[in-house]
Amino acid sequence: MRRLFALALLMLAQPAIAIDTGRAFEDPELQARYEDIIAEVRCLKCQNQSIKDSNVFLAADLRREIRRLLSEGKTDDEVFDFLVERYGEFALYSPRKSGKTLILWLAPFVLLAGGAFVGFRVIRRRMAMPLEDEPLAE
Amino acid sequence: MARYLTPLAVIALLLIVFSIGLTRDPSELPSTFIDKAAPEFDLPKLKDLDARVSSADYRGTAALVNIWATWCVGCREEHPFLMDLAASGVVPIYGINWRDRRPDALRWLQQYGDPYVASGFDEDGRVAVDWGVYGAPETFLVSAEGIVLHKHLGPLTQEIWEQDFVPLLGETS
Repeated sequence: MRRLFALALLMLAQPAIAIDTGRAFEDPELQARYEDIIAEVRCLKCQNQSIKDSNVFLAADLRREIRRLLSEGKTDDEVFDFLVERYGEFALYSPRKSGKTLILWLAPFVLLAGGAFVGFRVIRRRMAMPLEDEPLAE
Repeated sequence: MARYLTPLAVIALLLIVFSIGLTRDPSELPSTFIDKAAPEFDLPKLKDLDARVSSADYRGTAALVNIWATWCVGCREEHPFLMDLAASGVVPIYGINWRDRRPDALRWLQQYGDPYVASGFDEDGRVAVDWGVYGAPETFLVSAEGIVLHKHLGPLTQEIWEQDFVPLLGETS
């Protein structure tokens, strides 16, 4: 029983195992920016993970490059540009709002408006119809 | 009848879109460098770490840049084809040995033959990041002017070569 309990505790400890073994920034603000960025970058080798969550070496290499860029004083946008230039918009989980990706950002609203329009028309038509289900007056 | 026409048309359209979507492999990304200037590299030579191999070496001629590693199964698969291609002398092949152990890589070339003019030793994967590499093997066709004409992801075969590379090569040289 005690052993089982210890095992259960060990399993709980699993998420604490660090994936990112790189050295942290001394400046906590820079570290926070770094962590925000790597959570936004798709691991190209394991496409449904961010490079923050992945331990394949490509993710580690990208983390290292991002750390290097940040320590050189690059802005977040410059880091994202660096990645998009090499891997395309697909590398970012939230593509930038520009040109080719505009459709991604607008499509939900267009669809919503379309749905609302159709719904509105159906309701209008229904309202104009006589209420068939109403029992006839006796 | 007409009232069913619109939904039917919408469904038909969606079916077409989805069936096209199904034939595409989302893990295969188009290179961002197509028709743009190829990234540069400057690496120690795999066979002689004191010497360098760089993208300047093939300036003025069309060249293939092939990313390979001994841990990569697809690389083993395409290797005989690369040997044939190198023997035919159509286009020089430059290798980038990605994230590999040098003794393994050297043994590989000794055992299976060396199709490369030279291979750069990209031990920490930095050049691979510059080239937007995310899987191996990857093969870039770079024109004499230094423009990326095509990138192939996965093992090269005679068929793919003739279909995707040869027509482009004809244009550049």
